[in-house]
Amino acid sequence: MELLTPSVGLVFWTTIAFLLLVFILTKFAWKPILQTLRIREESIEEALKAADLAREEMAELKSDNEKLLAEARAEREQLLKDAGKVASGIKEDAKKEAEAITKRMMEDAKASIEAEKQSALAEVKNQVADLSIEIAEKIIRKSLGDDKAQKALVNEFLKDKSFN
Amino acid sequence: MVGLVRTGTKNLRNLAVTVFFLTAPIFFAQANNVEEDSTETFKPGEMIMHHVQDTHEFHLWGELAMPLPVILWTDHGLDVFMSGGFYHGDGTVETSKGSYVMHHEKIYYAGVHGGEHGEAEEVHAAMPLDFSITRNVFSLLMSFALISWLFISIANSYKKRGSKSAPKGAQSFFEPIILFVRDDIVIPNIGEKKYEKYLPYILTLFFFIWINNLIGLVPFFPGGSNLSGNIAFTFTLSLLTYIIVQFSGNKAYWKHIFWMPGVPVPVRFILAPIELLGTVSKAFALMIRLFANITGGHIVVLSLASMVFLFKSYIVGGVVTPFVLFIMVLELLVAAIQAYVFALLTSLFIGMAVADDDHH
Repeated sequence: MELLTPSVGLVFWTTIAFLLLVFILTKFAWKPILQTLRIREESIEEALKAADLAREEMAELKSDNEKLLAEARAEREQLLKDAGKVASGIKEDAKKEAEAITKRMMEDAKASIEAEKQSALAEVKNQVADLSIEIAEKIIRKSLGDDKAQKALVNEFLKDKSFN
Repeated sequence: MVGLVRTGTKNLRNLAVTVFFLTAPIFFAQANNVEEDSTETFKPGEMIMHHVQDTHEFHLWGELAMPLPVILWTDHGLDVFMSGGFYHGDGTVETSKGSYVMHHEKIYYAGVHGGEHGEAEEVHAAMPLDFSITRNVFSLLMSFALISWLFISIANSYKKRGSKSAPKGAQSFFEPIILFVRDDIVIPNIGEKKYEKYLPYILTLFFFIWINNLIGLVPFFPGGSNLSGNIAFTFTLSLLTYIIVQFSGNKAYWKHIFWMPGVPVPVRFILAPIELLGTVSKAFALMIRLFANITGGHIVVLSLASMVFLFKSYIVGGVVTPFVLFIMVLELLVAAIQAYVFALLTSLFIGMAVADDDHH
């Protein structure tokens, strides 16, 4: 029973000591400790949040970059395609022009050749005519040198012409 | 033990220190043995009861004991003197205010019955109020100083190191424990919204009980007092918890005691006194639990150690010492567990008192 009877003195001292301890520790220990812990927890939480945010931003940035890259790639392709088209257009045009020029040149050449031929032919004809006249003149002059020959010729003509 | 030794030389040294500490109760018991052997045979029961109860002197070693101040509130006012006189000479102390005798650590007015007393006379003798610095009070003041110093120095290192740097030294040892009390004892039971008001009390309660339990396990001066296993100590703490719980009680709490919702009206009349008694019995259970666990632990350790002196045999000593070691290590665990249980139940009771009435 002795063990189970609280003694007044110890109850008194325990009450004083414990309440004083609660007061002192609350003021000088728990408040600064718990406050520091809370600040630390908050800063850790904030840091984690900031890290998350940064990660998200990075991901966004990356996707933006990729988008930009894709756009640039598409543009380049478009440019290349356009350039190819322009180049082939130019080539085509040049070819056509060259063909046209060639054709025209050929035609011109043909025309001038024809013209040359015609003029050459005309000249030949003229010369042949001149020559013929000359020859005929010479021949006539020679063959009508005497009267007999003249008479013979006249006869000839007359013979051909029948007077009916 | 093989496992302990295998873990390295540092542990080996620790083990040696531990063994020294843990076998010390045997020396302590031996001291008592020598003391009592001169007149009569060794009585383990007396030795154990002497140890687990409060005394007015602090036994050091052998015949040597430190006298402690006796503070009495007598019919003639406050009387303060050292306790040495009670243990030497005829055991009567005379001061200007009166003369006193002590029997079984209780101080009586000497009066006409001065000197040797029979039990029957003692019971009827008048007693002054005893506020002496007994062994337990001495231990209490020491733990008060130790705990204040410890946690204020930890708080200072928090202030110095700030919230940006990691804890170091004692700070890093106690921080997880403080966080454990906050996050696993207080917040789950009291709730996020209301816990902050009670956290300092419960933290103090936890460390106060734990450290006093540990001091009680140190088998020699200045430890070894059975403070946290003293009913006055546990009574005070559970009374404070009781008062805090009742003063924290909200409308719903009192409604559940005096006018229990959800039951027929006649039953409410029956439940009211039962519930009212329940508030007391909760605190009462707190008081008995801590007292019984710590005192029980002390008694087991001392009983085992006493066997050595009962049998006066080295063989028994060799067998009993590992047992004492085992129980001591168990008691280290119990010291923490009982502090945890006391803090947990206190938070639970406070939590029940402040809970919002939303579960009906």
